[in-house]
Amino acid sequence: MTEIEQYVAPSSLEQAAEYLQRSGEVTILAGGTDLMPQSQGGRLKIKRTLMNIQHIPELKGIAIDGGAIRIGALATITEIMQSELIKKHLPILIEACDHFASDQIRNAATLGGNVCNASPAGDMLVPLLVLDAEVELASKPDGGLTRRRLPLSEFFVGPGKTRRAPSELLAGLRIGLPGAHHYARFFKFGTRPALDIATISIGIAGTLNNGALSSARVAFGAVAPVPMRAPRTEQALEARRLDAATIEAVAGVARDEVTPIDDVRASAWYRKELIHNITKRMLDHVAQA
Amino acid sequence: MSLKHDIEFKLNGVSRCASVRVDMSALDMLRDVAGLTGTKYGCGEGECGACTILVDGLSLNSCLMFAVDCHGRDVVTIEGLAADAKADALRAAFVEHGAVQCGYCTPGMVMQASHLLATHPDADAEAIKRGIEGNLCRCTGYTKIVEAIASVSRTGKPGARS
Repeated sequence: MTEIEQYVAPSSLEQAAEYLQRSGEVTILAGGTDLMPQSQGGRLKIKRTLMNIQHIPELKGIAIDGGAIRIGALATITEIMQSELIKKHLPILIEACDHFASDQIRNAATLGGNVCNASPAGDMLVPLLVLDAEVELASKPDGGLTRRRLPLSEFFVGPGKTRRAPSELLAGLRIGLPGAHHYARFFKFGTRPALDIATISIGIAGTLNNGALSSARVAFGAVAPVPMRAPRTEQALEARRLDAATIEAVAGVARDEVTPIDDVRASAWYRKELIHNITKRMLDHVAQA
Repeated sequence: MSLKHDIEFKLNGVSRCASVRVDMSALDMLRDVAGLTGTKYGCGEGECGACTILVDGLSLNSCLMFAVDCHGRDVVTIEGLAADAKADALRAAFVEHGAVQCGYCTPGMVMQASHLLATHPDADAEAIKRGIEGNLCRCTGYTKIVEAIASVSRTGKPGARS
């Protein structure tokens, strides 16, 4: 049984990247709200080094940076919910924050943690997908700090699994500033408003003109091994006038596109019905917008 | 012997040091190392809010927080609130409204209510219900709890029954 051999709390991104470069055996601690129950419940084993990244200033804050909004990996759900920038430009994220766990968890949980935990039902992931968010990964491969960007839609590879290399740290997320007529909504279905893991969730976004969405983005949560973009549903939706027949057709494509499982929260059949019915309801709202 | 780490932090207004296992929760540290047993263990996974404390002024589930992460931070528990004159009205309201049955959820409920009123002094019954949605009372004494909190909110409208 491997014991934790080292606890470190670096105060710069560079230092953190160095620890990760030297050893792949690092477990990263941010808010702790996923790591603690996972490690105490035996679902995750803390590696040789436990690295607390909470003291790294480069990972904090929400700011406009070159035509995009950059949300630092350590931004908490509460900070995002209270951010004037997010309220103004990305209100869909406020909808997702509002349905995220409880006040106590929102005060601790970080956006970076929600993304790296890569739960198919992660509340922030579906809205980030329809906003075309990119992840910013930092590492120090040969003495210098480097960063690479990757579309979030390519980041998830399975439940709890991402393309983040063991030597990389998620530094932040970038979301292009939405243009005029941008429309984006999120819906999470659960049995109670608080502290529920989504049975399904849906994000729909695009540019809304004359009752049609162009550059349409659709994403679904909790219906596949990863939070998924839905290209076939997007295609069915793209630039079509949202009359009743089109809405029904798109909702049908959505139902066929998802591959949910049966679990304690719902059966696969029920999840498919939810995807159909709630996609339809959300598109009715788009048509009336 | 698991790895230990020394931390320094403020606990209920007093600076203190502790040597804690690096995988220990803040809840276990408060109860077993600091000897403050007012903060309760309910579910151990952030669902019930019985372990709610304030860290740098924000309410958190201490069962989800690593004790090492308390380093350099300002931690307030229900024992700290007991010595805080500002919390007198809230404590008295819980007593007056009979908002305590078995009492197990009460410390967490009071901590969360105090955070809610600090951030939303005008909270009405609806806002109070949203504010304590991370706190479970298995006696289901919610009506009296919401009424107690509402009575010290600036709006002071109980009317919590719905």
